[in-house]
Amino acid sequence: MLVLENLKLAVMGLVTNKMRAFLTMLGIIIGIASVIAIVTVGNSLTTSITESMQSMGANNITVGLQQKSEETEVSESGMEFRGPGRQKEPADEDLITDEMLEELRAEYSAEIEAVSLTESVGSGTAKDGEKYANVSITGVNDGYFKTDELTLLSGRMFLDVDHEKGKSVAIVSNKLVNNMFDGNNQAALGSTIDVNLGSRYYTYTIVGVYEYTESSFGFSSSSEEDITTTLYIPLETAKSQNHSSDGYQQLTLVTSVGTDATQFLNQVQYFFDSRYRKNEDFQVSAYSMESMVSSMTDMLSTVSLAIAVIAGISLLVGGIGVMNIMLVSITERTREIGTRKALGATNGSIQLQFIVEAVIICLIGGMIGIILGVGLGSVAAKLLGYAAKASVLSIVVSVLFSMVIGVFFGFYPANKAAKLDPIEALRYE
Amino acid sequence: MEQEIMLDLQNIIKRFYVGKPNELEILHGVNLKIKRGEFVSIVGASGSGKSTLMNIIGALDRPTKGEYHLDGIDICKAKDKELSRIRNQKIGFIFQTYNLVARTNALQNVELPMLYGRKGRTDRSKRAKELLELVGMGDRMNHKSDELSGGQKQRVAIARAMANDPAILLADEPTGALDSKTGRLIMDIFHRLHQEQNKTVILITHSNELAEETERILTIKDGLITGERKGSLSYAGA
Repeated sequence: MLVLENLKLAVMGLVTNKMRAFLTMLGIIIGIASVIAIVTVGNSLTTSITESMQSMGANNITVGLQQKSEETEVSESGMEFRGPGRQKEPADEDLITDEMLEELRAEYSAEIEAVSLTESVGSGTAKDGEKYANVSITGVNDGYFKTDELTLLSGRMFLDVDHEKGKSVAIVSNKLVNNMFDGNNQAALGSTIDVNLGSRYYTYTIVGVYEYTESSFGFSSSSEEDITTTLYIPLETAKSQNHSSDGYQQLTLVTSVGTDATQFLNQVQYFFDSRYRKNEDFQVSAYSMESMVSSMTDMLSTVSLAIAVIAGISLLVGGIGVMNIMLVSITERTREIGTRKALGATNGSIQLQFIVEAVIICLIGGMIGIILGVGLGSVAAKLLGYAAKASVLSIVVSVLFSMVIGVFFGFYPANKAAKLDPIEALRYE
Repeated sequence: MEQEIMLDLQNIIKRFYVGKPNELEILHGVNLKIKRGEFVSIVGASGSGKSTLMNIIGALDRPTKGEYHLDGIDICKAKDKELSRIRNQKIGFIFQTYNLVARTNALQNVELPMLYGRKGRTDRSKRAKELLELVGMGDRMNHKSDELSGGQKQRVAIARAMANDPAILLADEPTGALDSKTGRLIMDIFHRLHQEQNKTVILITHSNELAEETERILTIKDGLITGERKGSLSYAGA
């Protein structure tokens, strides 16, 4: 009841003294607005980075062979930073074998949707008289296309027979077709191309054309014609051309939908640990995009929190401004306080009156600050090219925080008012 | 019939700066009894201890020594919160400078003591309207305090003092800031409240002329009540 009346009185007081009220609020407005704006930008940034990393396959688990080292430190993301030490090439018996993969697939058939294997042959130039195209030749298995979904413009994907027999067939980009077949996909299909890898020559028959998409990362400085695109060949073909052994240094596991990637990551790690325990030089480490995303997100949150805290200092300054004005207001209204006491106001009700006033100032300032902050943050996020995403939590926290500021910085002046001697207050000129 | 004692001060001593080298005794043992329904004036020059006595009567201050009972309540033993309650319920203050709360209208000013007295909203506004009608301010209830003239302000202040139907009305130079015609109007209101509602009124003034209008005139000088005589107003309770 008394609170309601005080609320009415406080609002009336603010309305009659608009300019002062606004200036007092300004500190709170700027403080809250900057905190919200920063959190909004940070939030938008985190969200869009997470989304783009997720689209690159957050549920994929990469398994790689690594040299064992006493100094090896495993970071939170599962990536290893190797300490100084002698680099050693893995021997054939160190590699991840097909047998291990078969066992893994058998054990976790529900979790593993596909195993993606790649073997790089090298980068070179496909030449046909004057016409040329830069390519990098990569041997892939079927599972690879689960991690990197190609849009086939014409032709076909690899057949089982291509893989088994190690046929010299290739799926090329439409860029290559533009350069070498004047963009005629149909003409390209069935044609052979010669690729010069410096010391080696290979000839492939084109069976498919995929649509080249610019990678989200990396900016190619080369011109349109010189751009290097991937030329996919069957894994077996690549292996025989590399004369490499039956084993892998790195592979990617595509997890099936609904698999808890973090938990599965540990299972995979355990699986390989048990098989490499006796290996003196090498071990296998598994990491997922998800673990990288989470460490990235953690880092971004920490940075935006740090900036928000700095912005929070302006809130503190704003709060001190509120306290200052409350003190002035109490001095101005000494007689009023005396009168109220003479009429029966207790110390508590005087205190309540001034705290309510301070809270109202801070709350209204906080509201304006939130609106301003969300607006500013959204505009900034848009300008930076991210989808604006205001954090509800930060808004709720800001409202509560501005109330706390009101109570905290209103408390001292209100207490001072409450303790005024009514006789002195009534005599005050 | 013996009139009930409303206000009983016995050997009231008030000292300031107690225990310090500049300790100062203002009241040297005041004895005072006021009966219910009396209209009393306390007259004294400035520096006589008049204001200090008024503050004690009004429960704004406690005496250093002595006993003070107001309507049966021992004021000396009351704690701060109880004093607030006593001021709210038992005493109606009227100041020389009106002391209306700025930014609020006449109605809200009259409602204020009832607000502190935790009276319900509808009761509050009903009583406030009645009181404003009583002092002839019924047509200006929604005027802000700074839109009112001195006489109008003082009438609102009287209505406010009456809000919780107090035991005593304590008026400190109520006409001091007003011209004689308006002052007359204010005095008439006090007479009316005294006669029609049997209010106990204590008028503190330096003007013998005004004091003459009351039933009993007490003179205070150098911290002691030095004289007591009958005023021109016949004692209503006699």
